[in-house]
Amino acid sequence: MDRFKTFTGVIAPLNRDNVDTDAIIPKQFLKSINRSGFGDNLFDEWRYLDHGEPGQDCSNRPLNLDFVLNQKRYMNSGILLTRSNFGCGSSREHAPWALDNYGFRVIIAESYADIFYNNCFKNGILPICLTEGIINSLFELTLAKPGYTLTVDLEAQIIADPLDTRIYFEIEKFRKDALLGGLDEIGQTLTHTDIIKKFEKKHRDANPWLFRSL
Amino acid sequence: MAGKTLYDKLWDSHLVREDTSGTSLIYIDRQLIHEVTSPQAFEGLRLEGRKSWRQSANVAVPDHNIPTKDRHLGITDPVSNVQVDTLSENCADFGIKEFSMSDPNQGIVHVIGPEQGLTLPGMTIVCGDSHTSTHGALGALAFGIGTSEVEHVLATQCLIQKKSKNMLISVNGKLNIGVTAKDMILYIIGQIGTAGGTGFSIEFSGEAIQNLSMESRMTICNMAIEAGARSGMIAVDQVTIDYIKGRPFSPTANEWEKAVSSWKNLKSDSDAIFDKVIQIDASSINSMVTWGTSPEMVTEVSGTIPISDNRNSSTIDAALDYMGLTSGTAIKDIHLDKIFIGSCTNSRIEDLRLAANILKGQQIADSIKLALVVPGSGPVKKQAEEEGLDKIFIDSGFEWREPGCSMCLAMNADYLEPGERCASTSNRNFEGRQGQGGRTHLVSPIMAAAAAIEGHFTNVSKYLDN
Repeated sequence: MDRFKTFTGVIAPLNRDNVDTDAIIPKQFLKSINRSGFGDNLFDEWRYLDHGEPGQDCSNRPLNLDFVLNQKRYMNSGILLTRSNFGCGSSREHAPWALDNYGFRVIIAESYADIFYNNCFKNGILPICLTEGIINSLFELTLAKPGYTLTVDLEAQIIADPLDTRIYFEIEKFRKDALLGGLDEIGQTLTHTDIIKKFEKKHRDANPWLFRSL
Repeated sequence: MAGKTLYDKLWDSHLVREDTSGTSLIYIDRQLIHEVTSPQAFEGLRLEGRKSWRQSANVAVPDHNIPTKDRHLGITDPVSNVQVDTLSENCADFGIKEFSMSDPNQGIVHVIGPEQGLTLPGMTIVCGDSHTSTHGALGALAFGIGTSEVEHVLATQCLIQKKSKNMLISVNGKLNIGVTAKDMILYIIGQIGTAGGTGFSIEFSGEAIQNLSMESRMTICNMAIEAGARSGMIAVDQVTIDYIKGRPFSPTANEWEKAVSSWKNLKSDSDAIFDKVIQIDASSINSMVTWGTSPEMVTEVSGTIPISDNRNSSTIDAALDYMGLTSGTAIKDIHLDKIFIGSCTNSRIEDLRLAANILKGQQIADSIKLALVVPGSGPVKKQAEEEGLDKIFIDSGFEWREPGCSMCLAMNADYLEPGERCASTSNRNFEGRQGQGGRTHLVSPIMAAAAAIEGHFTNVSKYLDN
């Protein structure tokens, strides 16, 4: 897993509740058997005026100039600011892959859907939760100041802007440690192989029907 | 000490270890695998030289990409074809049982699990698919995971998890005639919102839930994720046990009694404490139709599209703009282009019987361009054909297809064209879900059938027997 310590980037404001993973990466791109190459198709149906297909060269596609990521001031942004229940719907990990491939390393929202939230941490993306009031003021600052940039320090759990605004954010310790360490979770779990095997034997003895060969 | 909820019991019986950091290692009994969210997981195992921890815990089936007609021609989309072939290669390499596209038992992953007896009470079940919550209907802890977690389960048979909070949704009293499990879950989502269950595991209970068949219970738990909860579940009772008996991978005769006696404890203790309890009166639920781009944007068929208020005006306005609808329009005045009966929510035999019962001796409206029935699995299709349901559908103007996810998410050739409007028995009405620019209204199989006849939403009662 990718390590995350600090990140500085321009904020892009996506002013919607309930952005679902179908919107983040539409289904036709899920046919890929790779983990990368999704960045050009992030928010594909909002970002382009035509229908996108996997493997297509996106450089000549007609852009929806009303969409936030197509506005010059938000190009090359690395922090996505949005509203509540971001990432709802399908469990597709292609959603955080697409955000990461595009260049987003931090998301700031009022809340997230559970599966998406979890998937972010597996890919070195930091999803931050803030209150509606703070989110509102970040939207105002982002819209008022072209190039508005934040620096996120995960160790200190602080978001700072160049004007010395400092916002503290909460994050569960185990998630923070995992992101800071960039650990191989499977390798970590396999260090408990003896405990898992012991559990498995006890579980099998009590419920042999769960272990039927197929 | 307070008693335990069903979720507490399932959690505790699969807890391998607890970490001081607040995480737990949970043992996974069954992993269901499909072609879309697994290739990168197998690739990850290969890169690290890892094997599957316990091969027989896993079962795979292609469902999302596959064609629902002309199967003998294979998959014409080369990109889809690679993905489906990759699943077969991965299953062969890692020793995992696969129901391939040509297998008579192939179907939607969440339909075949219970149907084959691969989903059992007391199990922990995961799949790289959010609708894994379906399997909770059998008293299991079942939830969707991402591809990194698919790989983690393949390699370790465990997942790193944090325990959810407990929510109880009790639906009391009796359902009105013509009101189905689908209407019930849409009503619940309308009440608590699509984020209402975030952070919770939801147990559904109450007289109206207990009175449901096993398949209707699956419809309820299937859409727990649309209420924000990763898992939904229902306590084991005689309905559950009767459903499981005799299925291909159910416990064998000499283990059956022991299994049943252990399953009978799979219910919340009477003194269990839930973090949140919601009481719903079943008699207040009527036929439901979604009008927007989130499942919480739902109302009764006799209703009208609401007028936005200040708090949610931009969200509602954006939804109505996408849907091509305006506030104040009567739901019954919404005219349709296509009808889809299928998906892991509503493609089981009972769903098809409900729809066929409405369509018997009827014709779909001339204005309907395409009406599809996509059975959930090979056995569902076969059963329906034995009962003559296929003939009823075909005679009324529907197309009768091969099993798969089909137009629920439109990864195959079944999709909406831009601007087309569909009454769908699936689970998501998100923008573009059924095809870019397509407009989805989520309904029950009864409503889909009645709307197909009239070309618009309607009161279903006139089509019901008695």
